[in-house]
Amino acid sequence: MSGTVSGLLTIGLLLALLAVCYHPLGAWMAHVYGDTRHWRVERVLYRLVRVDPDSEQGWRTYAVSVVAFSVVSILLLFGLILVQLRLPLTQGSQGMGATTALNTAVSFVTNTNWQSYAGEVGATPIVQTVGLTVQNFVSAAVGMAVAVALIRAAARRSARDIGNFWVDLVRGSVRILLPIAAVAGVVLLVGGVVQNLSAPETVKALAGGDQVIRGGLVASQEAIKELGTNGGGYFNANSAHPFENPNAVTNLLEIFLLLLIPFALTRTYGILVGDRRQGWALLGFAGVLWAAGVAATTASEVAASGGLGGAMEGKEQRFGLWASTLFAASTTGTSTGAVNSMHESYSPLGGGTVLTTMVLGEISPGGVGSGLYGILIVAILAVFIAGLMVGRTPEFLGKTIGRREVTCAALYILVMPILVLVFTGLSLVLDGPRSTMLASGPHGLTEVMYAYASGSNNNGSAFAGLTADTPWYNLTLAACMVLGRFVPMLLVLRLAGLLVEQHPRPATAGTMPTHTPRFVGLLTGVALIVAGLTFFPALALGPIAEALS
Amino acid sequence: MSSSNTRQLLAALRMFVVLTVLLGGLYPAAIWGVGRLGLSHQADGSRVERGGVVVGSSLLGQNFTDDRHFQGRPSASEYAGDVSGGTNLYASAQDQQKALADRRAAYAAANGGAAAPADALTASASGLDPDISPENAMAQAPRVARANGLDRGAVVDLVRDHTEGRTLGFLGEPRVNVVELNLALDQLVAR
Repeated sequence: MSGTVSGLLTIGLLLALLAVCYHPLGAWMAHVYGDTRHWRVERVLYRLVRVDPDSEQGWRTYAVSVVAFSVVSILLLFGLILVQLRLPLTQGSQGMGATTALNTAVSFVTNTNWQSYAGEVGATPIVQTVGLTVQNFVSAAVGMAVAVALIRAAARRSARDIGNFWVDLVRGSVRILLPIAAVAGVVLLVGGVVQNLSAPETVKALAGGDQVIRGGLVASQEAIKELGTNGGGYFNANSAHPFENPNAVTNLLEIFLLLLIPFALTRTYGILVGDRRQGWALLGFAGVLWAAGVAATTASEVAASGGLGGAMEGKEQRFGLWASTLFAASTTGTSTGAVNSMHESYSPLGGGTVLTTMVLGEISPGGVGSGLYGILIVAILAVFIAGLMVGRTPEFLGKTIGRREVTCAALYILVMPILVLVFTGLSLVLDGPRSTMLASGPHGLTEVMYAYASGSNNNGSAFAGLTADTPWYNLTLAACMVLGRFVPMLLVLRLAGLLVEQHPRPATAGTMPTHTPRFVGLLTGVALIVAGLTFFPALALGPIAEALS
Repeated sequence: MSSSNTRQLLAALRMFVVLTVLLGGLYPAAIWGVGRLGLSHQADGSRVERGGVVVGSSLLGQNFTDDRHFQGRPSASEYAGDVSGGTNLYASAQDQQKALADRRAAYAAANGGAAAPADALTASASGLDPDISPENAMAQAPRVARANGLDRGAVVDLVRDHTEGRTLGFLGEPRVNVVELNLALDQLVAR
């Protein structure tokens, strides 16, 4: 069997698995966020936390809760990392400096999981498990909560409240993420992913010399790392490490997990707004972009495999080209950032494609929750542009997109490109940051731009040749991660506050439908044009120049 | 700060603690417990033993350098196992072009002029890749047989026995686990 046939069959099996879960999971999530009853374990949680699960919040209170929870998470995780070497079970870890610790705390709370430390030496098992595994869950649950709040606002009529953040957070964690992660964790364990508390053991290797065999509670973290589109590896090599991703089956499972919720949430959306065709349209849009990313990345690497080295630098033999590029396009398209191959070693166009997938704004299909609200922002922009063209007041799901609504959407779109381009530019003109680049010329530009695109989009993958563990990169990337996560999130909640107050207008013959293939085409066009106008010059100087030289 | 914001912060603090117990304590402990119940081989890192002594893991490649053993892929860390990772070199980098050319020449010299397959020229992403391609193993078989004074056919048979196809016929790449192959090779030599 050729690599092409095996690769296509792998993609086919992946799509079949996703299709089978699409309806049940989408419907389950719609039920979870709409349920009026609480599970017993949830009641216990609410009592301990002393929140009233039956009261609802307006957009301001909801936003304050999101910010309060995130600030507390960042501060406590930062503190835990700073004192990690004074706690038990250090197992030879060297810990992290202050700027690295701050970067890491921000990174995991913002669902980015950029890592300027190497997992093996930077984090003790206590930080990995009690600190980072927890944020893998809750940062994902926060993203879903904000997405669901926006959907509720779009669906409700002349209301004020958009839900209760604490309830959405708990339900996302307990009813959606935890059960799936538990099953996936056990499957990964069966496949060979390690789960132990052993200290690193130095053995006399068969080959002669010493080899260190490391341990860790990896299976439990690996499962939620993919499911929650987080991506922070237990080990430095991330999902390329055989203890995180030992074989072709675990590899397929990991790709499946990172696409599972972002795609299924389009179904949840369709159900919650009472028109499933709306969900199909968003699925079509995200699916087309994802498929294009997979096709372009794979084609680039297959074309490069004719050269000496066969494009296998930075790829694992058990995965080969296709299962590596499928992972790469999916991890950058979902804002996960886990890697099973080293993106810096990709061909110019292969590396350029995964970078482009990020600067689209993480909408193919994007991270859990954040992908869905990112797509909805593009949809609002699309109806606004279409409205301008025909001279009608733009509407989305019957709600008027007026000046204030479109301002929120426009600001949302502007945040990420500003962060990426300003900080990439600064890093290139300042001597210090420039000196820690591995590459020079166009590849060097791509390396730095990739870092800021990854941080600002809360992706977390890297062109790992860049030595990013310096105060400059730690602090500027932390700023990008915080601003790239919470400014858009607050704008989404503000938008929710505007939409929820409106009474929907009945659809007329002149209303532009937002469920048709034509609308999917319009959405795709808007997404590509916005990203193209913003990033084409930078991409031309980076990957495109490298490919042409 | 208004009292309502203070209330939210305190709720956030309590929520953080409660969810940490559940998701950072009970959940990993439960998966760990499953590992203890009959999956301890995998949970502990798929260790391989020789004469009752652990000599590595079947999931982690090793730095085989002598002619008597099958050699794994180049590694950024020489399979030390302390910190994993790749070289991050890209095809057009001068260092990389030189490394590829040097490895191709060395491979041909060691293996009777054989052309090196891609996996023999390139470093893996983890630096711990335990596998090589079947073509790579076959090309090394004559050298390994000669260095150990073994019959070439016996070594080729050994490679064939250790060649794994794609899982389910289509997932992943065909491969030979170098650690397991060399373990079996050592047993063959000792007989």
